[in-house]
Amino acid sequence: MNPSFSLDPLSDLHQLLAYPFMVHALQAGSIVAVMAAVAGWFMVLRRESFAGHTLAVMSFPGASAAALAGVPLPSGYFAFCAAGALAIAGASRTQGRRNLAQESAVVGTVQAVALGAGFLLLSLYHGVLESLETLLFGSFLGISSDQVLTLLVSAIAVLAFFALAGRPLLFASVDEDVARAGGVPVRALSIAFLLVLGLTVAATAQITGVLFVFALLVAPAATAQQLTPRVGLGLALSVLIGLLITWFGLALSYFTNYAAGFYVTSLAIVLYTTARLIRMVTAAPARRPPAADGPLRSGLARALDAP
Amino acid sequence: MLAHEFIRNALLAGSLIAVASGLIGYFVVLRSQVFAGDALSHVAFTGALAAAAAGLDLRVGLFAATVMVALLLAGLGERANAVTDDVTIGIVFVWILGLGVLFLDLFNASASSSNGTLAARALFGSIFALSPSAARLAAVIAGAILLALLAIARPLLFASLDLSVARVQGVPVRLLGFVFLVLLGLDAAEATQAVGALLLLGLLAAPAGAAHQLTVDPYKGMALSAAIALLSVWVGIFLSYSIPALPPSTAIVGVAAACYLLAAGAPALRSQRSKRCSA
Repeated sequence: MNPSFSLDPLSDLHQLLAYPFMVHALQAGSIVAVMAAVAGWFMVLRRESFAGHTLAVMSFPGASAAALAGVPLPSGYFAFCAAGALAIAGASRTQGRRNLAQESAVVGTVQAVALGAGFLLLSLYHGVLESLETLLFGSFLGISSDQVLTLLVSAIAVLAFFALAGRPLLFASVDEDVARAGGVPVRALSIAFLLVLGLTVAATAQITGVLFVFALLVAPAATAQQLTPRVGLGLALSVLIGLLITWFGLALSYFTNYAAGFYVTSLAIVLYTTARLIRMVTAAPARRPPAADGPLRSGLARALDAP
Repeated sequence: MLAHEFIRNALLAGSLIAVASGLIGYFVVLRSQVFAGDALSHVAFTGALAAAAAGLDLRVGLFAATVMVALLLAGLGERANAVTDDVTIGIVFVWILGLGVLFLDLFNASASSSNGTLAARALFGSIFALSPSAARLAAVIAGAILLALLAIARPLLFASLDLSVARVQGVPVRLLGFVFLVLLGLDAAEATQAVGALLLLGLLAAPAGAAHQLTVDPYKGMALSAAIALLSVWVGIFLSYSIPALPPSTAIVGVAAACYLLAAGAPALRSQRSKRCSA
């Protein structure tokens, strides 16, 4: 395989789709990009990025345990991510309201334990070490059509959750107290959200690797939230950005032979920085100071405060 | 057990790193900056790989990368204190990791040796593999971090507990935020060699989380946090020495997490005090 980049987009596209592995990679990447962008949008809104990262890390012991037990790796990913979600949800909200300091300590401890357990399992099972790099940094190569199907099913489940629970979740995320007073089951929603986030992250980690989940989870959502305070538009923008990052990252990696993770993350940070600059320029003439929370949160809070 | 030189080295470096991390961790949890600490420890990995790709000493890369990113995070955070913007942290650190794989690729191209081992070492460290000189250097650096932190402890505590009052009183809040993150970065780089980039979090979050659960008194809390971290390292090293299959990093983190669970589980202690502690 020796693809060469040309200025003719059609020939580039033709080369890109010439091999089945690349077609599978693009399919899987697109599915993951869509679900990660939607789940990430809520995650960024709820300020649970650290929890999201920790859930991603859970797939490391998950994969090691699955390898040790001789079961397919994805089952380990999903089981451990779900367990991590429950652990974080159970431990960090014992007092009802959010306690950020304690929550960050809990999440950090969960992550450290996950890594420690993963390392232990890895050292018990010597075979995985060769694929440690793949596990952490992902591999777009060698994705089977079965895997694509699994990802598709998880994506449908995740999107169905947001279609059903998106509205109360949005309410609970923006103003927890008002939502609770309005009869929204805040605690159940926050647990359910962490579980769905775990599912998303487990699926995403299989493609991007444990450490790069954020490129698709945080960056598109954060960029979209910088650009628009509207919910529907923001979600659509987030999905679009996620897809673009994935496609261009994969294509660049294909043509240059450097890791896709590098391109995906670089594209992500360029887009986010651009969005922040745009917001700085457009927000400058406004009379009231730009809210530190970002336009979305403050916009939603204002809308909810209005009678 | 103490007859082995590698155990003595591990205890020397591990103890000082534990005390420094436990103390820093107290502030990290107080300021809800565990995510920043996590990001910095991941960044250490990129630094190590960059140094490897460039053929330099790993430590140069470690310290340069963490300090630079610490300054970047401190500068980019929308608020000078307290909750550093988690989105900024997430995006910055994922990009730095992206650079890390690029360096891994470059390193692959330049040297055909087993790079997986290097990556694993940078990520997980090995406290039993420290040479006597490395252990002494690690201890000295950890001691320096500790002294620097003690020197700024009082104003930092003030700034962390009540940002606006501290600012009115003339405490250089923003400067303290910078200095603190740089110290955190140095600690991350330092601990990377001993407990590994990824397991530093165990010493940063768990002992401090436990201390915050157990006491509202900041000075008692700091001492407790450092003590729990120290205990975790000692017990961890002992366990790992007794059970050959258990890697030292896993053992240390396991003990620290167990301490946290105990502290959080003691219902009598948990009731009202932790709530007031966070307020």
